[in-house]
Amino acid sequence: MPINYYIYLAVALFSIGVAGVLTRRNAIIIFMCVELMLNAVNLLLVAFSKMHAQTALAANPSAITGVEAQLFVFFIMVVAAAEVSVGLAIIVMMYRNIHSVDVNFLNRLKH
Amino acid sequence: MNSIIDLVYLVPLFPLIGFLINGLGRNYLSKSLSGIIGSTVILASFIVSVLIFNETRAEAFTATTVNLFEFINVAGLNIPFAFQVDQLSALFLLVITGVGFLIHLYSTSYMHEEASHHFARYFAYLNLFVFSMLLLVLGANYLIMFIGWEGVGLCSYLLIGYWFKNTEYGNAARKAFVMNRIGDLGFLLGLFFIIQQFGSLTYSEVFPQAAGMFKGDSILVVITLLLFVGATGKSAQIPLYTWLPDAMAGPTPVSALIHAATMVTAGIYMIARSNILYTLAPATQVVVAVVGLATAILAATIAIKQNDIKKVLAYSTVSQLGYMFLGLGVGAYTGAVFHVMTHAFFKALLFLGAGSVIHAMHHEQDIRKMGGLAKKLPITRWTFWVGCIAIAGIPPFSGFFSKDEILVHAFAANPVFYIIGLAGALMTAFYMFRLYAMTFKGTFRGTHEQEHHLHESPWQMTVPLIILAFLAVVAGFVGIPELFAADAHKLEHYLAPVFKASTDAVEAHHLEHKTEYILLAVSLTLIASAIIFALKRFSKNPETGELEGFGKVLANKWYVDELYHNIITKPLNSLGVFFNRFVEKSGIDGLVNGVGKGVQWSGRQLRLLQSGQVGSYVLWMVIGILLLFVITIKFL
Repeated sequence: MPINYYIYLAVALFSIGVAGVLTRRNAIIIFMCVELMLNAVNLLLVAFSKMHAQTALAANPSAITGVEAQLFVFFIMVVAAAEVSVGLAIIVMMYRNIHSVDVNFLNRLKH
Repeated sequence: MNSIIDLVYLVPLFPLIGFLINGLGRNYLSKSLSGIIGSTVILASFIVSVLIFNETRAEAFTATTVNLFEFINVAGLNIPFAFQVDQLSALFLLVITGVGFLIHLYSTSYMHEEASHHFARYFAYLNLFVFSMLLLVLGANYLIMFIGWEGVGLCSYLLIGYWFKNTEYGNAARKAFVMNRIGDLGFLLGLFFIIQQFGSLTYSEVFPQAAGMFKGDSILVVITLLLFVGATGKSAQIPLYTWLPDAMAGPTPVSALIHAATMVTAGIYMIARSNILYTLAPATQVVVAVVGLATAILAATIAIKQNDIKKVLAYSTVSQLGYMFLGLGVGAYTGAVFHVMTHAFFKALLFLGAGSVIHAMHHEQDIRKMGGLAKKLPITRWTFWVGCIAIAGIPPFSGFFSKDEILVHAFAANPVFYIIGLAGALMTAFYMFRLYAMTFKGTFRGTHEQEHHLHESPWQMTVPLIILAFLAVVAGFVGIPELFAADAHKLEHYLAPVFKASTDAVEAHHLEHKTEYILLAVSLTLIASAIIFALKRFSKNPETGELEGFGKVLANKWYVDELYHNIITKPLNSLGVFFNRFVEKSGIDGLVNGVGKGVQWSGRQLRLLQSGQVGSYVLWMVIGILLLFVITIKFL
C-alpha cells in the first residue's frame, strides 16, 4: 500500500485532534483529542519505518533496520500513559474544586 | 653609569611621600610635624638636585635618560615612563626645589594661624604641586610632561581655592582651572600632531627627526602653534592671562610658588625644551614674540594703577613672562631660561616680602592704607628693595643681566621689539617703585590698631627673604654678557648642548659692541629716571583718591575681564539657558518620556492577549506552530 494513504489518515486524525482541542470545552474531550494527535504521529512513525525497511532490504537482504522508529512508538505510548494518569488526576482535582470539567472556568491564571 | 643620575627618581619621590603623609594624616599630625615633614621632603629633593646638577656640569656629561618602567605600549607607539636628565632639567630642578623649599619654610610661619588639619592639607597640596612640577621638567617625553602639566593645573586650583569657604576665592580657583583647560586642549592637540608626524613622544626621537625637516614646514607651524596655545594658558599670556591676577586669592606663599618656581614657568620650559621645533617654524616664533611683547606691555600698564600689593606683583609676573616669551620668540632660549631663573629668585622674594607686609598688617593688602613701614619692618624693607632693583634691571642685580640679554636679542631681531620692550621695562621700574614708595615710604595711613601691632616677621619668614635677596643680587653673574667679559656667560656655556640643534639651524647675528653700549646707556638712564620719578612722586603724596579718565581704565584692567564676561561667558550662559529650556525640556525630555509612554501603551495592548482562557492560549500556540512551519518551509 502506498505511503500516501497513511499520511492522509494521519493528517486527518491530527487535524481532528487540533480542532477538538481548540473548540471543545470539556477537559476530558480535550484530553482525548490530545491522545488522538499523539496516535496520529505514532501511526506515521510506524508507516515510515516500514517504508524505509522495505527499501533498505531491497538493497541489502541481510540489513537489520526498521525497528528504531517502532521503538519510538513504544516510548511515546509509555509517556502518554504516564501523562494520562497525571492528567486525569488533575481533572479529578479540578472537578472536586469547581464541580465542573469546563476549561472556560479555569481562568484563574489571569490573576 | 653615574649612580646619582640613576637616583633621579628620588627628586619627585620625596615630595610625593610628603604629600601622602600630610594628605592622609592631616587629622592626626600636629602643625609643627606636618610643617617639618612638608619642608624636609623638599629639602631632601633639593639636596639630590644639587648632586645631580654637579654631575651635569661635567664637560663630558651628555643627556641621560633614566627608564623607570614601561608606561604605554600599543600599536607601535611606545611611551616609557622615563626621566631625562640634562642641563635644562637639572637647572629647573635646582630652581624648583630650592625656591620651593624656601617657600615651604616661610609657609610654616605664615600659615600658622590655620587649624591643624587645614595646615596639613596646605602642605599636602604644596608638596603635590612641587611633585607635579618636577614630573613636568623631568619627563623624557611629552606625555610625562603632560601629566605634570595637568598636575600643576590641578594643584593651582586646589591652592587658589584653599580658603574654599569664600565664594569669590572659589570662583578665582575655577577661573584658573578653566583657563588652564583651554590651554591644555591646545597642548593635547599638539601632542596628537606630534604622534602623527613623528610616531613618538620621546624627546630623543622627536627632535632629531624634526631637525632634519624643512624650515618653515607647515606641520611644524601647526604643532608649535598648538603647543604655544598650551603655554599661553599655563604661563598666563594673552588671551588667557586673566586667571593669574585672580590667583591672588590663594595664600601669599602659594602665589610665590605659582609665580616664581612652578606653574607659570612650565610654558617657558616646554618651549625651551622644544626649541628645535620653534626654530624651524619662524612663523610661530613671530607669533610668540608678538604675543609675549603685547602681554608684557598690557600687564605693565595695568600694574601701574593697581592698589593691591599682590595684584601689582601678579601683573608684573605676567609682564615678565611676556619678556620670557619675547626671548623665546626671537630665539634667545638661553636668555629666556636665564630670566626664568633670576625671575624665580626676585619674584619669590617680592611675594614673600609682600606676604611679610600683609602678615604685619593683619591681612591688609591695600597699599593705600600702608606707608612708612620702612622703620618697622627693616629686613622686609631692605629685601623688598633688593627685589625691586633686581626686577627693574639695574646692574649688577640679577634682573639686569637676564632682561638685557633678551632685549639685546630682540633688538637684533627687530628694533621695534626692542623699543616696545624697553617701554615695558620702564613701566616695570615705575610701578615697582611706586609700590615700594607707597608701602614703605611716607607716613602710615592704616588704622591705629594696625600701627600698634606692626612687627617684623619671625625667622622662618625673614631667613628665606634674606637668602632670596642674596640670590637676587648675585644670580646674574652666571650670565655676564660678552660685552663686559669675554666668555664669561657660564649659563650659555652650560646650556649650550640643549640648544645646540637650534643654534646650528640659524645664523647668529651679533651686534657691534658700540651698539650694545648705546642701548645699555639709553635703557639704564631711562630706567633710573623712572625709578627716581616714581620714588619722588609717591613717597610724599601717594595717590589715594579715586581715579578718573585713562587711569580708571588701567585700574579696571582695560576692562578685559568685563569684555570676556560679555563676549564669552554671557553668550555661553544664554546658550545654556536656551538648551535647558528648549532642547532639554521639549527635545530630550520629550524623547525619554515618549519612550516610556510608548512602552506603557503597548504593554496595555499586549495585556489583552492574556485572557486566562486555556482555549485562547492553545489557539495562539497552534497559530505559532503554523507560523514556524511556514517560515521553515519558505525560508530554510
